[in-house]
Amino acid sequence: MTTPEPQSAEDRDTAARRRGELLSRFALAGTLAFLCLLFAITTRDHVFIKSANLINVASQSAINTMIAVGMTLVIVTAGIDLSVGSIVGLVAVFSAGVMVQGLDFTVGAYRVQLLPELPGLGGVAIGLAAGLLVGALAGLVNALAIVRFKVTPFIATLAMMLIARGAAHLYSVSPVRNVPDAFVWLGQGRLAQVPIPVYVAIGVVIVGWLILAKTPFGRHVYAVGGNEEAARLSGIPVGRTKLWVYVASGLCSGIAGMVLAAQLEAGDPKLGQTYELDAIAAAVLGGTSLMGGRGTILGTVLGALIIGVLDNGLTMLHVSSFAQMVIKGLVILGAVILDQKRQNA
Amino acid sequence: MSTVTEAAAPLLAMRGIDKSFPGVRALEAVDLTVHAGEVVALVGENGAGKSTLIKILAGAQPMDGGEILVGGQPARIAAPADAMELGIRVIYQEFNLVPQLTVMENIYLGREPTRAGMVDFHAMEEGCSGLLERIGADARPRDVVGRLSVAQQQLVEIAKALSQDARILVLDEPSATLTDRELDRLFALIRDLRQQGVGMVYISHRLEEIFEIADTVTVLRDGHHVITAPTSELSRDDIIRHMVGRELQDHIPSTVAHAADEALRVEGLTRSGAFESVSLTVREGEIVALAGLVGSGRTEVARAIFGADPVDSGRILVGGEEAQIASPRDAISRGIGLATEDRKGQGLVLGMGVAANITLADLRAITRGGFLSRGAEVGAADRYVDQLQIRTPSLTQLVRLLSGGNQQKVVLAKWLFTDCRVLILDEPTRGIDVGAKTEIYHLMNELCDRGKAILMISSELPEVLGVAHRIYVMREGHMEGELDREDATQERIMHLATGGAAE
Repeated sequence: MTTPEPQSAEDRDTAARRRGELLSRFALAGTLAFLCLLFAITTRDHVFIKSANLINVASQSAINTMIAVGMTLVIVTAGIDLSVGSIVGLVAVFSAGVMVQGLDFTVGAYRVQLLPELPGLGGVAIGLAAGLLVGALAGLVNALAIVRFKVTPFIATLAMMLIARGAAHLYSVSPVRNVPDAFVWLGQGRLAQVPIPVYVAIGVVIVGWLILAKTPFGRHVYAVGGNEEAARLSGIPVGRTKLWVYVASGLCSGIAGMVLAAQLEAGDPKLGQTYELDAIAAAVLGGTSLMGGRGTILGTVLGALIIGVLDNGLTMLHVSSFAQMVIKGLVILGAVILDQKRQNA
Repeated sequence: MSTVTEAAAPLLAMRGIDKSFPGVRALEAVDLTVHAGEVVALVGENGAGKSTLIKILAGAQPMDGGEILVGGQPARIAAPADAMELGIRVIYQEFNLVPQLTVMENIYLGREPTRAGMVDFHAMEEGCSGLLERIGADARPRDVVGRLSVAQQQLVEIAKALSQDARILVLDEPSATLTDRELDRLFALIRDLRQQGVGMVYISHRLEEIFEIADTVTVLRDGHHVITAPTSELSRDDIIRHMVGRELQDHIPSTVAHAADEALRVEGLTRSGAFESVSLTVREGEIVALAGLVGSGRTEVARAIFGADPVDSGRILVGGEEAQIASPRDAISRGIGLATEDRKGQGLVLGMGVAANITLADLRAITRGGFLSRGAEVGAADRYVDQLQIRTPSLTQLVRLLSGGNQQKVVLAKWLFTDCRVLILDEPTRGIDVGAKTEIYHLMNELCDRGKAILMISSELPEVLGVAHRIYVMREGHMEGELDREDATQERIMHLATGGAAE
């Protein structure tokens, strides 16, 4: 080199970035800790911090966490999935229906029995499989619209939001009740005092984290979101990558829908309304950029927990649900503004 | 129009303009003078500094030093609005028109005539017709701009500039997309405006146009002002010599051909509208340059070989075998790599780290049992950071924060990591400082010694002559000629590239 590189400036940049990254990670965990402390002090008898309530918080955050993991994958590719809440409802009612009455279609006067209703665990297994399949299929349709027909993710998933919700109500006007006990266990059972949904959420988080952080596919997801053209010119199958993130998001929503139906002992076609907003909020709070290319599963988990703690703590303090909405909105706004400041610094 | 003082002081005088970008001196003490009713051709190779100079004039970029006088008065141009205030208008290649709006709405955009608070379309139409008539445009005021031809849109841009009392009009490569007929009309308009006392800067690579329209020629080279002279005193060869006429820099290493097996053969490759029946070969251990002007189809050929764009016909053979290449993925699996001209837009994922970018095109190589191996990744990245002397504080440093030269090395490292046999480099040293350039030349030689085939697109003739064993020259989508290194001179390449008669 004949000219000295501005190495020191680069070093300074890096140091600043490192600090910024640490700070934001710390800020996120710090916010969570601060909120917990605040609620611990302000709630009567410090009931917030009692283990029973903390388990409650985890349980209440579980559904959103599952959905938000899939949402994070989608948003990192610079996409969005508005259909997750509707998929929750569709899968909830459909899987419960398959368990209770099997799978049949009525065409005119004919009734075609595709699957009989099976007693016991067999029926539950088939219901779960059917739920996963429907969730994945909905995601696949999203992906086809986006990848094959170049519809923007916002519009494609907005359409699916309507389609899935409508399909859920078409399938069953009223909630499907009398679901098998084995299924109810998925939502209400406990293992070592911790509700099963928490384990399911932890499982989804671990799988999501492994995929995004540790596999070539995860690297593809970041590259596609960071610079789609560069990714394509590096031989990354851009279309296939997008396809799988939407399928993954549909699967996550499907799992959430079934756990939720199990919790409520009923597959209600109305389930999951506005859940897409909480999932997006969790991802964005956790540092996922809507521009794509940036975001982590760990951040999303922290984001989901912050939302869960806020919900739980504010309710305990008897803050009205409308005031809760205002506060949550402000927290999300503040977090994103801070995050963008850090990015531009 | 022309008073005594205006005759004495030029309409525009840019003096001693300096401008640096990180790692690059873009302009150094550059002068540009335009008198009322004068057409000044601004010429120079790509990267000579023309665009930067114009951006400074338009207020799109701040200058580091120098002064700008308009009508003899010092002018401060800190923002595009300042330039407009002074009557300076630039017609870029990319038009600033809203395609969905009509001609008159575009011309009066942001300053619509109103009556009683409502847009007065009648007044607008009247004013617009007058303008269009003045410049001889066929377009009507109520035509939607997006449906007009490129030539018509250009006239609308000029009409818009004139409606804002442009005194200084800069035309950046106005002829690039025009047919001969359209060009004739543009020239008629320019002559007309010259009569009306408008000062014009005409930027073009096509020398014949310059001789036809320009009164004065100003040549820039490597960010320096070389010469300003009346067109009548210059010959075509003079201009070419001034444009390229630097000594062959000694920092370009000499290379020895290891003529060997054919690594890449392209036969009759055609993509309609971009290039036609292009054939070329590159042998192992050979560096072949693809020269030509910007827009001659070089980049398009490279992208087609790499599968980034579809082709209409033609064959591509890699290592003697016909290769069906429908995507970059196919090309990479055949052992072809492409380092694009636009590093930031197409070559790198700026928000990812150095190591992640280096391994991006061959993640399989660092995957163990389905999962990325951090150890394998660090090992690979470390090796290339070391070998290419990529200056980065860490392997996780975001490439966005690296200098241009180091970014380019990351791109090269990415392709070396794929162990490709054919490497296509599109303007590999564009925007890179001299030191890093030399390193990249050395690297190319080294790769060549190791038997890689390199196809290099470059607009810098000394680079082409200094690095390549063989040179293809393209012009307007056609392969215009092939030169061996011994026969090649800057003048011969330029003649082929510009369609010069002297061959």
